[in-house]
Amino acid sequence: MSLDEATVRKVAKLARIAMSDEEITPLIGELNGIIDWIEQLQEVDIDGVEAMTSSVDVALPMRADTLTHDETGGGKPGEIVANAPKTEDHFFIVPKVVE
Amino acid sequence: MTDLTTLTLASLRDGLAKKEFTAAEATSAYLERAEASGPLNAYVRLTAEKAREQAKASDERIGKGEGRPLEGVPLGIKDLFCTDGIPTNASSKILEGFTPTYESTVSGNLKRDGAVFLGKLNLDEFAMGSSNETSAHGPVINPWRREGQDTKLSPGGSSGGSAAAVAARLCAGATATDTGGSIRQPAALTGTVGIKPTYGRCSRFGIVAFASSLDQAGPIARDVRDAAIMLTSMASYDPKDSTSIDRPVPDYEKALAGGVKGLKIGIPKEYRLDGMPSEIDALWQKGADLLKEQGAEIVEVSLPLTKYALPVYYIVAPAEASSNLARYDGVRYGQRVHDDDINELYAKTRGEGFGAEVKRRLMIGTYVLSAGYYDAYYLRAQRVRKKIADELAAVFEGVDLLLTPSSPSSAFGLGEKSSDPIEMYLNDVFTVTANLAGVPGVSVPAGLDGQGLPLGLQLVAPAFGEEVMLRGAAALEEAIGFDAQPTEWWKS
Repeated sequence: MSLDEATVRKVAKLARIAMSDEEITPLIGELNGIIDWIEQLQEVDIDGVEAMTSSVDVALPMRADTLTHDETGGGKPGEIVANAPKTEDHFFIVPKVVE
Repeated sequence: MTDLTTLTLASLRDGLAKKEFTAAEATSAYLERAEASGPLNAYVRLTAEKAREQAKASDERIGKGEGRPLEGVPLGIKDLFCTDGIPTNASSKILEGFTPTYESTVSGNLKRDGAVFLGKLNLDEFAMGSSNETSAHGPVINPWRREGQDTKLSPGGSSGGSAAAVAARLCAGATATDTGGSIRQPAALTGTVGIKPTYGRCSRFGIVAFASSLDQAGPIARDVRDAAIMLTSMASYDPKDSTSIDRPVPDYEKALAGGVKGLKIGIPKEYRLDGMPSEIDALWQKGADLLKEQGAEIVEVSLPLTKYALPVYYIVAPAEASSNLARYDGVRYGQRVHDDDINELYAKTRGEGFGAEVKRRLMIGTYVLSAGYYDAYYLRAQRVRKKIADELAAVFEGVDLLLTPSSPSSAFGLGEKSSDPIEMYLNDVFTVTANLAGVPGVSVPAGLDGQGLPLGLQLVAPAFGEEVMLRGAAALEEAIGFDAQPTEWWKS
């Protein structure tokens, strides 16, 4: 498998990373090097092996479906937007997306 | 008066409790040293005023007989842990100006136990790197130098700031994180002790996420006892991290005295790599001999899938990172590069904000998760990962611990490995399996190489085998008797 320039540009677009031509050119070689190296996994026999989903054998915990006013819940709109580059009345401000 | 920064964390803690000196004195001594450590670039931010306030409060508590387990002990915090009201940037430009409004559970646990925070420590950008060279703040410089040379060496990474700060006595101990070896490799390269606990032992809440199924917090400290003391405070069950494990936290310091008599320790033959420096092989053999002298049984074991661990890691970790780092979009926090088009705003923000290694990994992650490649790369990697974990579990049916080298070389020069990504990735060849399988590992200083640089040995245990692992580490440490210190060239 080899990644050509068009594929690398497409992946950059999917990853939402703007890159100059000067950045794209060396990346083509580097990404191909990494993908070629990863390719050795194709030789491992994985018949009948399930994908690993968790490294520790535990069931996900359940909790009551209630709103709690701590860090995991609501009640802190000021803190939620405190680090946003642009806000108004506890809303995040972005450029217009719907005409 | 003795220089308080020469005391181990355990001695400092005991002296504070006995009022032999004050937390204010200890904190001042460390701040003074940290302020004079500029050339190492270990701290990105000192919080001297807050530290002095915390120390004063600690002295008051000790005075009232209300001292807590780490009362007044000055620590450094890797800048990947969110600290309430103190900027946290993960050494990335994209998080410039980010000040958390909450505390990570791990740093919160240390505060709960009375620790004083001196400041935030440098790391590879988003913990992605093995040399600290990907940091937006510039690389950390290893306090250790090759004998008779002044070449700047890397302290390893990603917890390079934590390891360098502990080795140079700029804090009594430091928090760190390990996704593929980021605690154990820098510990090995700086002559310090680093523990990566079992996945789920420490909460990930409030730690800037890199690869969620692999990330785990742990301590870097001067010796095994200090690291055990820190881990006892850092570990907890936390409902705010659904992968945190609800299991009592033992007092790890109490586990140290057990010795290794009767333990079966495996030497995985596949870890003997072609081209590995013979000094590492010799220290590894010496470590095994020392454990044997103390009554452990040494057996050779086989882990044939070892060579696939790194390729699996470089699919799984970038895939998870590409998903985790999608949150840096210039909308909710961090830097924004404006554009009237929202998609351009995202792309420009991320293009400006991320460094080269982070971009490289996000590209790999996006590629292996993209339509048509998901099964061939990501799903296959997760299946090979399962085989690797099963293979390791089967070996642990027959042995209590594994003994391996911690890193394939001693500290290397800045720029020596950064031109070839794969060469840099190979730094984690001995450590990454523990992350894939979720089991604990510890790196202990094993001696100096011919250039006068530290090397480490790693012990790996089955899940939640920290106590037996630390017993082994304490025995190894005592038998080796490592007491070398770097010369203090950085002090002007």
